[in-house]
Amino acid sequence: MGNKGRQYFYYGLFALVGLAFLVQLFSIQVLDDRYKSLSKDNFLKKVIQFPPRGLIYDRYGNLMVYNDATYDLMVVPRQVKNLDTLEFCRLLKITLEDFHAKMEKCMENPYRSSVFEKQISARTYAGFQEHLFEFQGFFMEIRTDRRYKTSSAGHVLGSIGEVNTKIIENSNHYYRQGEYIGISGIERSYEELLRGTKGVKNVIVDVRNRTVGPYFEGAYDTQSVAGQSIYVTLDAALQAYGESLMEGKIGSVVAIEPSTGEILALISTPDYDPNLLIGRERGKNFSTLMMDPLKPMFNRPLSAPYPPGSIFKAISSLIGQQEGVLTPDTRYHCGMGYRVGSHTVKCSHRHPSPLDLRGALMHSCNPYFCYVFRSIVDQRKFSTFEESYNNWHKHLESFGIGVKLGIDLYGESKGILKPADYFNRLYGKGSWKGSNIISMAIGQGELGVTPLQMANVMAIIANRGYYITPHVLKYVDVMGKTGPTFEKHYTTVDGRYFPIVVEGMADVVKSGTARVAQIDSIEVCGKTGTSQNPHGKDHSIFFAFAPKDNPKIAIAVVVENAGYGSQWAAPIASLMIERYLFPEREQRRKYLEDRMLNTNFIDTLKQNEPVPH
Amino acid sequence: MNRYRTNEPFETGGLDWLTIFQYLFMVLFGWIAIYSAVYNPDNSSIFDLSQNYGRQMMFIAIGLVLGAAILIVDAKFYGAFAYGFYALAIFLCIAVIFIGAETKGAKSWFELGGFKFQPVELAKYATALTLAKYLSSYDVSFKDFRVKVICFGIILLPMALVLLQNDTGSALVFTAFFLVLYREGLPTWLLAGAFYLAFLFVVTLLVDEPLNVIYVLGGLAAVLLVVFRKNKQILLAILAALVFSIVVIMSVDFFFNEVLQEHQRARINVLFGKGGDDYNVRQSKIAIGSGGFFGQGFLNGTQTRYDYVPEQATDFIYCTIGEEYGFLGSAGVVFMFVLLMIRIVIIAERQKNRFSRIYAYSVACILFVHFTVNIGMTIGLMPIIGIPLPFFSYGGSSLLGFTILLFTLLKLDANRVNEMQSLHD
Repeated sequence: MGNKGRQYFYYGLFALVGLAFLVQLFSIQVLDDRYKSLSKDNFLKKVIQFPPRGLIYDRYGNLMVYNDATYDLMVVPRQVKNLDTLEFCRLLKITLEDFHAKMEKCMENPYRSSVFEKQISARTYAGFQEHLFEFQGFFMEIRTDRRYKTSSAGHVLGSIGEVNTKIIENSNHYYRQGEYIGISGIERSYEELLRGTKGVKNVIVDVRNRTVGPYFEGAYDTQSVAGQSIYVTLDAALQAYGESLMEGKIGSVVAIEPSTGEILALISTPDYDPNLLIGRERGKNFSTLMMDPLKPMFNRPLSAPYPPGSIFKAISSLIGQQEGVLTPDTRYHCGMGYRVGSHTVKCSHRHPSPLDLRGALMHSCNPYFCYVFRSIVDQRKFSTFEESYNNWHKHLESFGIGVKLGIDLYGESKGILKPADYFNRLYGKGSWKGSNIISMAIGQGELGVTPLQMANVMAIIANRGYYITPHVLKYVDVMGKTGPTFEKHYTTVDGRYFPIVVEGMADVVKSGTARVAQIDSIEVCGKTGTSQNPHGKDHSIFFAFAPKDNPKIAIAVVVENAGYGSQWAAPIASLMIERYLFPEREQRRKYLEDRMLNTNFIDTLKQNEPVPH
Repeated sequence: MNRYRTNEPFETGGLDWLTIFQYLFMVLFGWIAIYSAVYNPDNSSIFDLSQNYGRQMMFIAIGLVLGAAILIVDAKFYGAFAYGFYALAIFLCIAVIFIGAETKGAKSWFELGGFKFQPVELAKYATALTLAKYLSSYDVSFKDFRVKVICFGIILLPMALVLLQNDTGSALVFTAFFLVLYREGLPTWLLAGAFYLAFLFVVTLLVDEPLNVIYVLGGLAAVLLVVFRKNKQILLAILAALVFSIVVIMSVDFFFNEVLQEHQRARINVLFGKGGDDYNVRQSKIAIGSGGFFGQGFLNGTQTRYDYVPEQATDFIYCTIGEEYGFLGSAGVVFMFVLLMIRIVIIAERQKNRFSRIYAYSVACILFVHFTVNIGMTIGLMPIIGIPLPFFSYGGSSLLGFTILLFTLLKLDANRVNEMQSLHD
């Protein structure tokens, strides 16, 4: 047996292979921790329990936003077997190309479930569900989507949308791909109240992604907590009524309850039906709205600054008194115009002259307020004009002009109120004064006030000297109805200077430019504005509050490029005030209401100039 | 004990009890692993015959009866019927190609009612016996070229038939016999050449540019040529080896792309980390890797319980062991196999006749190939080749095949004592 020694070759060979295996086993079982978590990734499925989103009610408890179930079709590509693609596409109502495109996207993660088709309608779902068992690898996941009771208040209520990578990053991965978040309006401001708390159910799934049972008897599970329902300050009926009056017009309405700062109506027209921004058509509708030259997605009452026009005269009256340069008896000569160099600020109203303060307010005398303006900004007690200007600026800010009011909605603009520096750059430091900026005396020039700020100024005058931060959240439905508190802001003008201005504004409606705004049995205080703008016809503006004593509503209406304030804005404001104060009262000014409802400027605009600004 | 010595046809004292215990331990361990792998809470009795674990118990019982029967039959029987078995095996291997049932693309199973049988198991056994019988015949010397050719023929005939059945894995097992021939005098350079061939194959597939392998080998040859410039024979050998290598490297591509089937190419690509669907290997490694040092415990293996591992009761049974018993359990199984194989070689070397020795080596080498390929595949060191893990994997054909293989060896080994005694008589 000459080869007997070769037996050692076999020992060696067996031992070598055995050793190689031991090394590999040691490395994957003991040294490498990855496999434990990979195994967990396989069998442990964290099923997110989505809480129902909180409902949204108006101030009287009328439901405005609720939830509805939709279905997402999910797929684990690896598990798809023997698929009858044609039948599948037929039932799901998609094309074969769609199918392949979606499938390819899902194949990026062949072992995990991904969304194959989002938000399948209840009808498609019903037909498809019966055949679901034939399509191995596919399963349904229930999600909730928003539904809106009415087609109004789209801008205030806002909408929810799928989170993007940036939101996920910013949320510290609280949100996951495919989840929804409030992206505008109340849905956005009160996202954290509305969304509730997600729950997690840990379940064990087998290779076919079938749930086998709970993981550790559910010891690591957490319950989902439903989102909180919230009551907003809107009066849904008033909002809808206002929207119908504003139909066919470009503009804004903001109505505030002066004593609380609660927003009763916030209208931006042209608007959009919030129901467009839900479901599968959301993306498509969203881009259509964004492309619309009339900018229906633009939230005018919060974001669009307008020259305030004549309302500014009321503010000047207050500041002037506070500064001691104006008394109710101060009289200025009208002279049909105020001349500054070659420039003349004309007075467009026929009235006796000279007028006292109350009369000047009623007749909206331009030259009168040019004198008032100059007496405020050109005060001798300040060593420089700039100081005097800053003093005026500070007063205005206390009226919420040129600052953000801090409403609980996104997209608020602070309007336009230039700091002294702006004029220093424009004219040179020390070489400008009241006469250079005289346009501001009548609310024109370098001034921009948003409709929200205008309504807020009305609330200030209605309150005789202060405002509460305007807001849309009334209370949260948890542990009884607890409401947030909002700050009270006093203006720099003493309360005792307000009554004369209120009287003047009452005169405007009683016997001045806004007689159209009169309402039976209550006293309305208002001021028309006809603000000039370089882009076309004047903006029709009206501000008001009512009743004169113990006011319940302050309102600002802007109708762009519509003409005089008394023509459009005043009737709309008046009709809305009446509807709010007397919701049951029969409308006796039918002709006026019909004229508002049936006038359509947008169609006219569309015919004349294709892209209005 | 003495009682048996006179009455029984075999010498009890010569029976290798160590191996029998090992056998029992392995089949029982396998049985429990199968129970875990296909555990069904509705039929949780391990004896339930409607479940794979119940059936495996039945196969184990049949195996024990069969083993006892083998020990009872006269040792001369196996030599005498070797050629007969071989003829039968060849016949069945051909027949199965025509009348076999097709499973997973291979036609390697007979199906009779509920009973299934894989002729390759008989072929392995018969080839081992025939090779042993032929080489132990009077006047046959392995040094003869003719004898070598006949031996190769004996091995290659069933191997080719199994390949025709499209059962590549089982065909691979027949390479075990070439390993056996090394002990009988197959020249070392041939074996070394075979290993070198395998090495070249792997390296060529691993590198992106096969030409680089040629450059390296060329450089190496050049160095060797300078070193051995005075010895003409070595010079020629080096040159021949170089030419051989180049031919091999050039043909690897052809072999890989034209000879191998699509799924085989894919599996090799997966093994070398060249992409492809590595689901099976991944899940298998996750199962074993997640076992940690001590394992997840009996019935606690999630990979196997929830079916993430493919073929978990048969070819991937090792995953269950790795997952539930951890490094302790899986290393234990490796130890057991290595010990068993070494034990069999020791048994082989103590045989007085050539027949028993060659047969014993055959058993060791068959086990070795199964062990290497099966466990290697589950831990990602081998491409996926579907052959069972001896004694552990579920399946009657495989379990009974290995039982017969092993108990015949034990019978032959036990008979060695008789032979010695007869010498003393």
